[in-house]
Amino acid sequence: MESLANWIVLLATVIMLVGAVAVLVLQNYLAAVAATSVVSLGAAVIFVVLRAPDVALTEAAVGAGLSGVIMALCLRRLGLHRIEGTAASAPQAGADTDGDS
Amino acid sequence: MTPPDIGLMLFTAAFGLVGIGALGIVMANHLVRIVLSIVLLETGANLLLMLSGYRAGAVAPIIVDGVVPASMVDPVPQALVLTAIVIGVAVQAFMMTLVLRLYTVYGTLDIRELRTHLERDLAKAAGVPLPGSADAPLDVPATVMRKGGS
Repeated sequence: MESLANWIVLLATVIMLVGAVAVLVLQNYLAAVAATSVVSLGAAVIFVVLRAPDVALTEAAVGAGLSGVIMALCLRRLGLHRIEGTAASAPQAGADTDGDS
Repeated sequence: MTPPDIGLMLFTAAFGLVGIGALGIVMANHLVRIVLSIVLLETGANLLLMLSGYRAGAVAPIIVDGVVPASMVDPVPQALVLTAIVIGVAVQAFMMTLVLRLYTVYGTLDIRELRTHLERDLAKAAGVPLPGSADAPLDVPATVMRKGGS
């Protein structure tokens, strides 16, 4: 049982650190926001292992969900929300924005 | 195959998140990425605070039918972290409001361009000449030439 918890913590740690590096290196800002939500979900898993289910619930709902929604809406208003292409080539691209939802 | 120590992994995750967040705050050039780095640093600090109340082999601090468990984790850091998560999201929303305002005023989010804009506006509002900055060597020859010519 304790060994299983250790493996879960190892997996969540690796996911969190990879997601944190991805926040810094990803060119697309929407992808960086998604990586931030992934880090928050890994933290929620670790909080469950640390015997704090209430904190895990809050971290998953507020830290991953609400903060991701706030950031995505702000990116939409800033004009950085396009999936296609990089942030530099996005403003002049008008025809290829039909695919994103 | 034995897994590594749980405390070592948790401290690695917490300090790794704090380090990567601080690195992002220092190195990033875009304001949105700086806000995301602050969020990463917050998550790492919350994890570190949670680790202070953890006790191996303890149960969750939930009292059922008035029976207090013999060994339970400390509930005080949990309450603090619960508050800190919600406050962190509120502060993040406030930061994004400021970023939106900066974008509507200056039309850019690059901190190098924003610094020149802000320095010029601050100097104009204070009525003082522009302070010396990274682009001062471009201004000095022009001033010297103007003085030499007149």
